Amino acid sequence: MRYLIIGNSVAGVHCVEAIRGVDKEGPITICSDEETLNYSRPLLSYYLGGRIAEDRLAFRDEAFYQRHSVDLILEKKATGLDTKKRRVSLADGTRLPYDRLLLSVGGVPIVPPIDGLRHDTTGVFTFIQLQETKRLINYIEQESIQEAVVLGAGLIGLKAIEGLIERGVRVTVIELVDRVLANTFDTEASSILEARLAAHGCTVIKRDTIQQIKTKGKKVRQLVLKSGTEISTSLLIVAVGVRPNLALVKGTTIRTDRGIVVDEYMRTSAEDVYAAGDCAQGLDFLSKENVVIAIWPVAARQGKIAGLNMSGFQTPYPGLFAMNSVQIMDIPTISFGMTTPPDGKGYEVLHRVDRTRSLYKKIILKDNRVVGAILLNAIERAGVYGMLIREGIDVKGFKDQLLNDDFGLLVLPKEFRKHLVAGESFVA
Amino acid sequence: MVKKRIIINEEYCMGCRLCEVYCVTQRSRSKDILKAYKGEYPRPVSGIVFEEKGPMSFALQCRHCEEPPCVEACLTGALYVDDETGRVLHDGERCVGCWMCIMVCPVGVIKPDVDNRVVASKCDLCIEAEEPACVAHCPNEAIQLVEIEEKA
Ligand SMILES: Cc1cc2nc3c(=O)[nH]c(=O)nc-3n(C[C@H](O)[C@H](O)[C@H](O)COP(=O)(O)OP(=O)(O)OC[C@H]3O[C@@H](n4cnc5c(N)ncnc54)[C@H](O)[C@@H]3O)c2cc1C
Repeated sequence: MRYLIIGNSVAGVHCVEAIRGVDKEGPITICSDEETLNYSRPLLSYYLGGRIAEDRLAFRDEAFYQRHSVDLILEKKATGLDTKKRRVSLADGTRLPYDRLLLSVGGVPIVPPIDGLRHDTTGVFTFIQLQETKRLINYIEQESIQEAVVLGAGLIGLKAIEGLIERGVRVTVIELVDRVLANTFDTEASSILEARLAAHGCTVIKRDTIQQIKTKGKKVRQLVLKSGTEISTSLLIVAVGVRPNLALVKGTTIRTDRGIVVDEYMRTSAEDVYAAGDCAQGLDFLSKENVVIAIWPVAARQGKIAGLNMSGFQTPYPGLFAMNSVQIMDIPTISFGMTTPPDGKGYEVLHRVDRTRSLYKKIILKDNRVVGAILLNAIERAGVYGMLIREGIDVKGFKDQLLNDDFGLLVLPKEFRKHLVAGESFVA
Repeated sequence: MVKKRIIINEEYCMGCRLCEVYCVTQRSRSKDILKAYKGEYPRPVSGIVFEEKGPMSFALQCRHCEEPPCVEACLTGALYVDDETGRVLHDGERCVGCWMCIMVCPVGVIKPDVDNRVVASKCDLCIEAEEPACVAHCPNEAIQLVEIEEKA
């Protein structure tokens, strides 16, 4: 069995580990258009901030590829996919045949059309790739950048802000909606973070966006916002989001929606072609629909499940749900699942706020089951809430204790607790 | 391969918390109970979570899951499964304290270190010792070390 994996990142690496757990022999080839062995994108903000050096970005060392007998092709882009002839062609004309193919090509940054922004405008960056982050750091150093503007206050935008602030750059962030981290946070959580950002000298502009970029030569000089506000800057980071990378499947019969649609075995609509990670649209545990959940744990699990199925070890994907752990301005935050439930749909919300300690805990219930949570500055034992969601535990008997500082496993039914700690079924 | 795991008998737990005391001692530089508690600062964080309410109590440490979600979610590769022993280990040098492991640990036993920068050296079943300290010092066999046969 010849395995081919396009994309050498979270999903690809976990796919390799899963295949090698089952099949020690079949040749595995990974093809990547990047230069580095592998690196952790979430660490890019730590790297930007100077907290870690480049040699700490990898999440698997060089020996990983030898140990798992992987043939690694770097700096080559896959440009063609022929699902009938079962081969992938690379930009240099090389053709790679496969018996099983994994598409783990990740996401591409969204850059909205902005008046005056051209492909060769300098001083405008996105923030998802190592090479670009290196160029960004060079630019900051060479141009002695003191202040910068970040467009978009989602996860990646906030990570960029944190890195910039650690570098001593003053940041203004512009967000279209009425709060930061709107996808995962509610108004209360966002306002705590916004206060913290302000305390670090970050200006947060909400309900606004960039209408026009004015340049001097090719270099960005000034931004004109929709509201009419003008901001002078020579560095703009566009962080409005990522979308699944569909370039390689375009023109094939592979079914796509927002992402590459996969079934419970991570199979695409083409025979022996699988997809996983940020490019894939797989099962969401909570809504039971296929959605793109572009986070690390999903990429890792989907890559692993794909690998098992590719090597003939049939394993269904149980579906995960959105979750994130982000430490922003020294406030650790963790969120799970449904965090801002719609009114009148039978959701119940428990919460506890202590603004003096920037502490916030919110638990969202439906039919006495936890379906979401937001935790700020109170992340001890957070995983237990995630477990309650996954296991669909009825919390009626201990609802009043869910927000307590000492919340843990003791409130659970004894039999279930014993089962949980016995260590038999620890696949989350 | 035979793996070692800690099992919990909560009925036997007396709530004495000696497991925590000896876990801290084992993680201290001196490995001496008095020095660990009176002479070392900061005092190491224990690898145990202890829960108590009324007559019920138990102590819990890393379950060393068969398929550990913390390893899967680790952004740095700091958490890994030791090939030989199947233990889930943590490399403090690589950890950046992103708390992804805290988010996905189903029993909630991973903790930040005293200064909140990295994960506290999590339970490694006392690699350096003959027997885990919490097991050795539990007066009532509420915490026991067992050998389990690895699933094929
Ligand atoms: C700045 C930043 C911070 C983040 N922080 C967090 C966080 O805190 N928590 C969290 O859960 N997630 C975070 N994420 C998201 C997380 O990094 C992704 O979910 C994860 O990297 C997805 O992995 P993947 O394997 O699906 O794809 P990717 O990591 O996107 O990798 C895809 C790879 O495929 C390559 N590729 C694409 N097309 C081709 C082609 N045609 N030929 C060859 N190679 C190709 C790409 O160059 C890339 O190397 C963050 C992301 C960014 C950018």
